[in-house]
Amino acid sequence: MERIPILKMGPFLLVTIQVDLYDRLALGLEQDLVNMVSKTGARGVLIEISAVSIVDSFMGRIIGNIASMSRIMGAETVVVGMQPAVAITLVELGITLQGVHTALDVEKGMDLLLNKTGLDQLQKQEEPDEPAE
Amino acid sequence: MSLPSNETIRIVREQDVVLLLSRVREYSAQVSLQPLNQTRLITAASEMARNMLRYANGGRATIEALSKNARTGVKITFLDEGPGIPDIQQAMTSGFSTGNGLGLGLPGARRLVNEFDIQSKPGKGTCVTIIQWQDGR
Repeated sequence: MERIPILKMGPFLLVTIQVDLYDRLALGLEQDLVNMVSKTGARGVLIEISAVSIVDSFMGRIIGNIASMSRIMGAETVVVGMQPAVAITLVELGITLQGVHTALDVEKGMDLLLNKTGLDQLQKQEEPDEPAE
Repeated sequence: MSLPSNETIRIVREQDVVLLLSRVREYSAQVSLQPLNQTRLITAASEMARNMLRYANGGRATIEALSKNARTGVKITFLDEGPGIPDIQQAMTSGFSTGNGLGLGLPGARRLVNEFDIQSKPGKGTCVTIIQWQDGR
C-alpha cells in the first residue's frame, strides 16, 4: 500500500504531502503519524502541503483529527505551505481547521513549533548569545 | 488536444473520485477557467462525489464543456439512485448532517460554484448540477 513518509527531525516529525490525498492514503497517514508520535515522543508535527491542490471537507477533517490526536499525545501540529487558492476555497467551504496551527512556510512553521513547545527557550538557555567569560 | 464535449464517470469507489477530479481539471483548463475557479469547482465536485458514495452507494457524474452565447464553462451533473433527501432545505443548512460528516458538503459546494441546482425524490435518488462559468465571479 502507498504511504506518505514521515521524517524525524530532532524533537519533531516532518511530513511532506506530494500528492493529492485520497481517502485511504489520508487515513493511513493519520494512523502512522499517531503511532510515530507515540514511538518517538515527538513534541511537534509539521505537515507541508504546498503540492496539495484541493482540500475538501473530508481532508479538512483528517487534518483536524491529526492535530487533535497529536495534541492528546503531547505534540503540537503545524500545517504549512497551503496554496492561496486552497486557503480561499477552505474558507468559502466553511472549514475552520480547529486546533491546527498554520504558518506560511516550513521555516516559519518550525519557528512556531519551537515557540509552541517552549523548546526555543531551552535552546536559548543552552546556547547563550554571548559566551560566558 | 481537445476533449469530448461530455463524459460520464461511474462513481462507485473512492479511486473513481480521483479520476473524476482529474478529468474536471482537464475540462476546466480547456474552457480556461481561472485557477481559483478551477480549485473551487474541483473542490465542489469532490464534495458531491463523496456525498454520492457516502449516502447513495455511488452514482454517475457527467462532465460537460459548455458553450452558450459566447460564454464558456463547465457543468457537472451528479446522478444517483440512493435514498434521496427528504428535506432539501434542511440539507442545505450549514452544520446539518445525517451521516457523520461536518454538514458542509452541500451548502459549502453551493458557495463555491456559480450555479447550483438540486433535485431529489425520496426513494428514487438525487440529481445535483453545478456550473462554473469562465467569466463568472
